[in-house]
Amino acid sequence: MNIQIKNGHLIDPKNQIDGPRDLFITAGKVAAVGSAPAGFVTQQVIDATGLMVAPGLIDLAARLREPGYEYRATLESEMDAAVAGGITTLACPPDTDPPLDEPGLVEMLKHRARELNKARLYPVGALTRGLKGAELTEMAELADAGCIAFSQADAALTDTRVLMRAMQYAATFGFSVWLRPQDSFLTRDGVAHDGEVATRLGLPAIPVCAETIALSTILQLAHETGVRLHICRISSASGVELVRAAKQQGLTLTCDVSANHVHLSEMDIGFFDANCHLVPPLRSQRDRDALHAGLLDGSIDAICSNHSPVDEDAKQLPFAEAEAGATGLELLLPLALKWARQSHRALTDGLVKITLQPARILGLDAGHLSVGAAADVCVFDPEVYWKVEPAALKSQGKNTPFIGMELQGRVRYTLVGGQLVYQSKSCQ
Amino acid sequence: MNNPQLNKHGELQHLLSTEGLPAPILRSILDRAASFMSETEGRDIKKTPLLHGKSIFNIFFENSTRTRTTFEIAAKRLSADVVNLNIGSSSASKGETLLDTVDNLCAMHADMFVVRHSQSGAAHLIAKHVAPEIHVINAGDGRHAHPTQALLDMFTIRHYKKEFHNLRVAIVGDILHSRVARSQIHALTTLGVPEVRVIAPKTLLPSGADKLGVQVYHDMTQGLRDVDVVMMLRLQGERMQGAVLPSAQEYFKYYGLTREKLVLAKKDAIVMHPGPMNRGVEIDSSVADGTQSVILPQVTFGIAVRMAVMSTLAGVE
Repeated sequence: MNIQIKNGHLIDPKNQIDGPRDLFITAGKVAAVGSAPAGFVTQQVIDATGLMVAPGLIDLAARLREPGYEYRATLESEMDAAVAGGITTLACPPDTDPPLDEPGLVEMLKHRARELNKARLYPVGALTRGLKGAELTEMAELADAGCIAFSQADAALTDTRVLMRAMQYAATFGFSVWLRPQDSFLTRDGVAHDGEVATRLGLPAIPVCAETIALSTILQLAHETGVRLHICRISSASGVELVRAAKQQGLTLTCDVSANHVHLSEMDIGFFDANCHLVPPLRSQRDRDALHAGLLDGSIDAICSNHSPVDEDAKQLPFAEAEAGATGLELLLPLALKWARQSHRALTDGLVKITLQPARILGLDAGHLSVGAAADVCVFDPEVYWKVEPAALKSQGKNTPFIGMELQGRVRYTLVGGQLVYQSKSCQ
Repeated sequence: MNNPQLNKHGELQHLLSTEGLPAPILRSILDRAASFMSETEGRDIKKTPLLHGKSIFNIFFENSTRTRTTFEIAAKRLSADVVNLNIGSSSASKGETLLDTVDNLCAMHADMFVVRHSQSGAAHLIAKHVAPEIHVINAGDGRHAHPTQALLDMFTIRHYKKEFHNLRVAIVGDILHSRVARSQIHALTTLGVPEVRVIAPKTLLPSGADKLGVQVYHDMTQGLRDVDVVMMLRLQGERMQGAVLPSAQEYFKYYGLTREKLVLAKKDAIVMHPGPMNRGVEIDSSVADGTQSVILPQVTFGIAVRMAVMSTLAGVE
């Protein structure tokens, strides 16, 4: 199928394109940018007048809840949500039930995702068996089955010897290790940032040092072992500072932040809004400002959705008992654009954080629209406002701190490998 | 952010916390409580028909004898029908959620809920959930709030000290885990007490306690100096676990209220405690039973204050 996306404003950070260009697609790949290649016969036209044409988004953390938590969401529902959010590639954490610690599970998941024919799925394998933090998984086998990196997700890994061995073993094969820094002793039963709001509301608190102490350990071990390290969901000013310093000292590492944390702080908990019960906890406004600064200076490489759909009942509980997490796939684009606008940056700076940078972290040749690249494309209206409400979300998870708010920017068309996998109702 | 306790006319819809309540509302509750007191004391009228025909459900997800009983007595003196449910933690294990329990009780035509729960925010959750004609009183939620306790404490202080604006008040003990302390602090600062002190070791203080508008002391002999009111807090036995405190003995030595320490306060200082007391842990018997103790009057005032809260919420004069 030969597709022409015409009259759009093309943004392709890698190729430094930010202007009106047509995009020509053939055989699932980008055939040309600007004018049609010789002999190109357009079979389908997508009119992108007033719209932006960007590389498909790449999300580093989307829980699809399969296997094991199908009552919260299914691969079908969440893959629909992904492409409705313009996401064409996503990595899913291993904290399923059972965890992704067996090649068979990974193969099954990849197979199921391929059958659905929506976004490209890259499972992140469990770093330790059952995510229990004691024994190594068969990382090489898991990589052969399709795992793109290895992680503990939100599970604790308290034994530093195991952590060091896991890094050494991963480094042997050049695998990337993704870790979210959180000291489990300091976290214990905490559910909110140890600050003004937790003090006022009487919520068990998680101090910033739970992040920085774990992060210091991780950085030290990464230095020792030479592993490819990715830090997930940084949340605090001190955490950003540690990452910044480590990068300046030449340690090879990357870092992401959740889109929720870019925009929210502990204050948003208000009177116990369980939608703001997130992992890691929303921290202070000062921390949030530091996350902005970290994104600006590149200390933080990417923004992810940290999509964690939770069923309604699990949120209708007192704050601490309510399950942590929020739906995020369909909010990633508007929230990244919002960050760029608030920082007085071009939209392309926001897009880099959800396209090219996450592709680099994943080690994929993706997140750009060079000639010959896979035609993974997100066509969106950057100006339109839409209200975040349950009916507007395809994800089975309807819980987000942004519920009821108006966000700017909405996806109109999504293409994966040159196939139109999503078009919004307004374009049908 | 809308205050979930007030309706659109600024009247009290639920009593969930003393935080964010305007001083006139607090004062009117205290005044109303005083009117019940004079009636009960002076003319020996134990009952008024104010809440005749109303159903009040005491739902206690956490055990309590004193608070539940005083709520029950208060409701009965207002001629309401009272139902007590001690749910404990068992209903959760049977699979029924908090809001399912509430929905069932609503279907039994409850007019008012008095709720105690081990989780901070439970009363807010219920208040948000119920129909607008139903009122919720927080009888203690986790570490968050215990507003009727704080109001009866304010009533006690006003009874003995007449004014708030010239007082120095010290709250002593486990501030970190105490819903009573949080509610007391907000009520005291709202009513104009110029100096509120908290006295505790650092393991029993939440971070940024000073942001609550209090002065933080770690040394009891300094913190008690020249105060008009000493408000003691209960120390839970489980604080000796988890490396919060080394022993009850050491705690008593440094943070227990003894006669020797009490002399540092003003001569006419009053001593309060929300109960139940741990004698020899946070308070010495000689103080608890001493002339400056107003601990038992607190309990009596608690009935009048809870009558005042219930009748205020019901909107009856």
